Amino acid sequence: MTAVPIGRKSRGARGGPVQTSDKTKAERKLAFMLCAPAVLAMLLVTVYPILYAIVLSMQTIDLRFPEESGFVGLRNYGAVLSSELWWSGVFFTTAVTVVTVAIELVLGIALALVMHRAIFGRGVVRTSVLIPYGIVTVVAAFAWFFAFDPSSGFVNNLPGVAQDKAWFGDRWSAFSVITMTEVWKTTPFMALLLLAGLATIDEGLYEAAKVDGANAVQRFFRITLPLLKPALLVALLFRTLDAFRVFDSIFIMTRGSQNTESVSILGYNQLISRLNLGLGSAVSVLIFLLVLLIAFLFVRGFGTTVPQGGGKK
Amino acid sequence: MERTAKERLAWTAGLAVVLFYALLPVFWLLSLSLKTPDTVSDKKFIPQKFTLDNYTTLFSGGLDSPLLRPLINSTAIALIATVIAVTLAAFTAYAIARLDFPGKALILAGALAIAMFPPISVVGPLFDMWRALGLYDTYPGLIIPYLTFALPLAIYTLVAFFREIPWELEQAAQVDGATPWQAFRRVILPLAAPGVFTAAILVFIFAWNDFVFAITLTSSNDARTVTAAMAFFQGESQFTAPTGNIAAAAVLVTIPIIIFVLIFQRRIVAGLTAGAVKG
Repeated sequence: MTAVPIGRKSRGARGGPVQTSDKTKAERKLAFMLCAPAVLAMLLVTVYPILYAIVLSMQTIDLRFPEESGFVGLRNYGAVLSSELWWSGVFFTTAVTVVTVAIELVLGIALALVMHRAIFGRGVVRTSVLIPYGIVTVVAAFAWFFAFDPSSGFVNNLPGVAQDKAWFGDRWSAFSVITMTEVWKTTPFMALLLLAGLATIDEGLYEAAKVDGANAVQRFFRITLPLLKPALLVALLFRTLDAFRVFDSIFIMTRGSQNTESVSILGYNQLISRLNLGLGSAVSVLIFLLVLLIAFLFVRGFGTTVPQGGGKK
Repeated sequence: MERTAKERLAWTAGLAVVLFYALLPVFWLLSLSLKTPDTVSDKKFIPQKFTLDNYTTLFSGGLDSPLLRPLINSTAIALIATVIAVTLAAFTAYAIARLDFPGKALILAGALAIAMFPPISVVGPLFDMWRALGLYDTYPGLIIPYLTFALPLAIYTLVAFFREIPWELEQAAQVDGATPWQAFRRVILPLAAPGVFTAAILVFIFAWNDFVFAITLTSSNDARTVTAAMAFFQGESQFTAPTGNIAAAAVLVTIPIIIFVLIFQRRIVAGLTAGAVKG
């Protein structure tokens, strides 16, 4: 890196206005050299594997039966897309995503407003909500799993809850615990993003609205919500894509039993448990396409402006 | 603005609810980890009998103990991934924030797309490649995939911070005869240190949190991180659930996070929101 030839005249610069063109060239060269390592690393660790996954997905590769390998075109995709397991996984993942993001949105706005209007103890609230966010997802999953576990959890000991309620023995009660864990863990992220959005709203608008006789509800729907929209959409996009890859909490709580397989769990089971790289890679590629589709819908459908790294543009 | 007693009371109540909700599972884990084997299933929130056995058994047997090796692995892997990611990202973020060149928006958009990438999509090919290359169940075998989320996160955080640094100082240094490289190293880097530090904390937390790569690309305690190790804990016998041990390990894994949050909460909040909102 120390050998960057900044001072040297670059060859192409002679024709134009020497000073600026020279500087521009040198600047570009430095920029490319500075960006190259990270860009190459990112391409190498994501683009190459995803291309490789596409190649794998068009072959029969089952590590338990290595001699049966061969190119099969799109047959693996046909097998995945016609299986009930895949659609059940898509449905369950979508349900988890929609319900968690919806609850988080409401709780997140409430929490952000509370923190924004804090009378005292703002630091305490911020610290305490950062703890769920910072906690390892696997730990959060264990905490809630043990809380609802019929043999040792305190939840079944609470008044009004059946002592022997088997929370993880049924699809939808397991769903509610999984959802709750996700909401607990990631609402703080939503709230902090929205809090930063609230901070950009001009206080004068509220004063003016108050003078004009707008009540608190009107001020929220006419000022806060419209002006919060850009921050809200970014937070929703981030959280939706994040929720869609739900894996850790389901793995810990049910491992996908009782029809609680998310698409990521499904991919894991094919790839690692059944060592079927062909089918598993088809699942992986389909998940990737679904994530692209969600991102596309957000950017095109809702007009989400993807952040460009903040600050002045 | 005047605050009435009623408002203060409502605020205190709200504060209490938030605190209770946020910390309840943490205290539950702590409680479970301190219970004795005969009371671990008593379903009581406060332990009736206390013991530290759940913690000591995690470390009995030194490097062969259930938790010591994974704890070392997690720390080393997360630290190395953080150093590599933040170093590479610092160069890129400097170029994006300070220099004029085509392709800036492309790099940022690409980084964002990669950050949103479902890790399960690359697990299959990595599993296959790592076994062929001998990287399966090794430190580099986890550090390299961690760059998929670490690099974009670091680039985004650093670009946001670097854009806040006053331009003039760098130009002043160049007027005084410094090359752009010297201006970067002597002037900008010290100013950028807080941002770099924030990015490092965030990347470390994310790497520490990983589970998908850790369970798919390791098979033994040679490289298994704490998250993966916890999922594979065995009871002392076939018939005892390792609840107490898992809870104890969970508490230990959470301690560094709580320390980070307590000391650096302002930085973490700034880092998390800087890249996302101001754009």
